[in-house]
Amino acid sequence: MTQVSTESNAVSPLKRILIQGKYEALQMLSNGEQLILAVVMPMIALFVLTFTDLISDIAERTIDAAVPGVLALCVISTAFTGQGIGTGFDRRYGVLRMFSTTPLGKTGLIFGKVIAVLTVLVIQAVLISAVALLLGWQPNPWGIIPGILFLLLGAAAFTSLGLLIAGTVRPEATLAITNLAWILLAGAGGVLYPLSMAPEWLQPTLSALPSAALGDAMRDALIDGHFNSPGLIFLVLWAAAGSFAAIKKFKWN
Amino acid sequence: MLRVLESVSLKAYPGQITTLLGSNGAGKSTTLACAQGLMRPDGGSIELLGQDPYGDNPELRARVGVMLQDGGLPPSMRPVPLLRHVASLYRNPVDIDALIQRLDLESFGSRNIRRLSGGQKQRVALALALAGDPEVLFLDEPSAGLDPQSRQVVFDLISELRDAGKAIVLTTHLMDDAQRLSDYVYIIDKGCTVAQGTVSELIARAEEGHDARPVSFSATAGLALPQPPLGLYLAETSAGQYRLDGVTTPEHLNWLTSWWARESILPTQLNLQSRSLEDVFLEFAQKEEQA
Repeated sequence: MTQVSTESNAVSPLKRILIQGKYEALQMLSNGEQLILAVVMPMIALFVLTFTDLISDIAERTIDAAVPGVLALCVISTAFTGQGIGTGFDRRYGVLRMFSTTPLGKTGLIFGKVIAVLTVLVIQAVLISAVALLLGWQPNPWGIIPGILFLLLGAAAFTSLGLLIAGTVRPEATLAITNLAWILLAGAGGVLYPLSMAPEWLQPTLSALPSAALGDAMRDALIDGHFNSPGLIFLVLWAAAGSFAAIKKFKWN
Repeated sequence: MLRVLESVSLKAYPGQITTLLGSNGAGKSTTLACAQGLMRPDGGSIELLGQDPYGDNPELRARVGVMLQDGGLPPSMRPVPLLRHVASLYRNPVDIDALIQRLDLESFGSRNIRRLSGGQKQRVALALALAGDPEVLFLDEPSAGLDPQSRQVVFDLISELRDAGKAIVLTTHLMDDAQRLSDYVYIIDKGCTVAQGTVSELIARAEEGHDARPVSFSATAGLALPQPPLGLYLAETSAGQYRLDGVTTPEHLNWLTSWWARESILPTQLNLQSRSLEDVFLEFAQKEEQA
């Protein structure tokens, strides 16, 4: 019983994470509600903002004003709400426990989820960008690399926050909180339109939100080609705080 | 903090089925969770294949199969793709097709796990535990919810794995399961191991100081019962069913058969009851209660 086998029976860590990432991504993409949240809602936002005058003032062309915020909304849909709800119910059904008894372990599970979030995010970004380009979107070429960086940072911050909620409250509460937060952030959290359009007295509070940091940084990048350094700092702080709290507070069952 | 386990001490060996027997809430699952490394005990020591099981240790996990009591199955998955996914995490998984056939997973393979019966879910959970061809197998209540036929299939499979040299640790609150499967039994009550041994050892130990064993027999209803010697008690428990309590010596049996010979009674059935694991269990549980 104490003999040590020479070769591990587990596949390599990278392979495990990729296998699990593919599995989790397929789980997300095969879920109807998740698809509505991840693709349909951002697409609706894109069309509404493009074909109305709601935010036409912030860029020369309305479509250019709309797309950065819609991409930011994709991050919140997938990394925060979708991933949070999925993890919450996995926890309820003991799925997290089951996977942590396999070679995947807890670390592999988390990295698998990150891969899945990134995979779905790429699909969302490609779809939204393709439709936007057909509608005449002209992103600032200097803003593309910063835009991708901010999307990734936003994904990190919102994934950790989603995991924090999913790992601490009942799945029904996770469902309610993350959906409500999605609506509030999309409507008034600086995602789809800049905070400068919000009531003045609310602006200091709202500007501390990761959603505002992400939305404004995306607009600065893709409209003006400008790198939003405060946004970078805010998102890094949110990601660090969220990850720290999630590691401390997450309950596996 | 709630103290679930007080003093539990056990060992499991390759090629043996080690059973944790106890009523619901006795601490069996908590013991398993600690042994599997899903939970860190506040005190004591645990070794699994010579290592501390707590924490992420993929190499160790790859050698250990776990069947959780609640299964831990994602409800929106179908059984076979889930099994293949889990198997793909191992370098040398078992023959998955053979396992699917053995546990007849195809018969409900087109349904989501959400729509499976309790027994079907149990079979899927067992298959997941076996996917990596583990050296050590933890099975938490493996027979719960199984119909007699799948129970037989599962029991045969577990016995075969034992014969193949796996170390198997299972929990059950069913005496029958424990008696049929176990090589070695630990009786757990209120977080303590109260007795341990092979099934026959445990039964033999409980016999000590319990020389009296009941004799029951069937014969014509309404027999006139003679007055038995001191210490014996004879009664008709139901129509045609008789029971003699307090038999401790061969002479007591002699008294019984002499009565039959005198009255020309030939019983249609005669049973000298031996004790079962259940009696042993109840006895130890009772002792705990009094302690």
